[in-house]
Amino acid sequence: MFHALADRTRRDILRRVLAGEHSVSALAANYDMSFAAVQKHVAVLEKAGLLTKRRRGREQLASGDVEAVRSVASMLAELEQIWRGRIARIDDLLATDTPQKG
Amino acid sequence: MPVTDVRHDLDNRSLTIVADFAAPVERVWRIYADPRQLEKIWGPPTHPATVVEHRLEPGGRVLYYMTGPEGEKYPGYWEVEAVDEPKSFTFLDRFADEEFNPKVEMPAARCVYSFAEHEGGTRATYVSTYETVEALQQVLDMGVIEGASLAMGQIDELLAA
Repeated sequence: MFHALADRTRRDILRRVLAGEHSVSALAANYDMSFAAVQKHVAVLEKAGLLTKRRRGREQLASGDVEAVRSVASMLAELEQIWRGRIARIDDLLATDTPQKG
Repeated sequence: MPVTDVRHDLDNRSLTIVADFAAPVERVWRIYADPRQLEKIWGPPTHPATVVEHRLEPGGRVLYYMTGPEGEKYPGYWEVEAVDEPKSFTFLDRFADEEFNPKVEMPAARCVYSFAEHEGGTRATYVSTYETVEALQQVLDMGVIEGASLAMGQIDELLAA
């Protein structure tokens, strides 16, 4: 549950920073969690190469890397196709089993 | 279609596929426990898989290669971490050279496959987490393209338009 919520927050942060640069404190104001927690999510996204940060005075400004997001997203979409093929083959293989009496 | 859910996580590069099969959990498990069945489902028709060693147990390995349309071979292996028959198993999916030595230090993906009884059949959940963007790229560089399913996707799009 916590993990799922964490993912949802990161997706939301990513959506915001892809739309434009935001300070980390402005981002944090959107969520019902500590500044440190939001900072941690930002760090995960930064480590994944999806977001970049720069400093302006005391502020940290975060923006999304559109190209990186697009490339990871399209790679996962391609992998999804590979998986769909594999699932279809499993389904076919199971269908060739001798039918068992009810 | 048996695929019931798909989840892409961009930040940790993971893909989750949930599928429902009309067969008992033990039957679905046998696909992974039997190298001849595993070969049938692992690679697409353009890149059939050949399993050369198969030990589905903690510390064991499953060695395979896929053969491309030009006869090119793509060896890889699973480094099995945990097995809870018939409910789940966890492995690291690695690229290998022709002698099945690890090609790169890092595994391509950490995979968790789990199977649970669901409405008289089996609900399978496949989670693959790619360690790096490069690993993700390398998998796709094999040119493993699911022709048929791509075509199906295009048909779906046409129908939705």
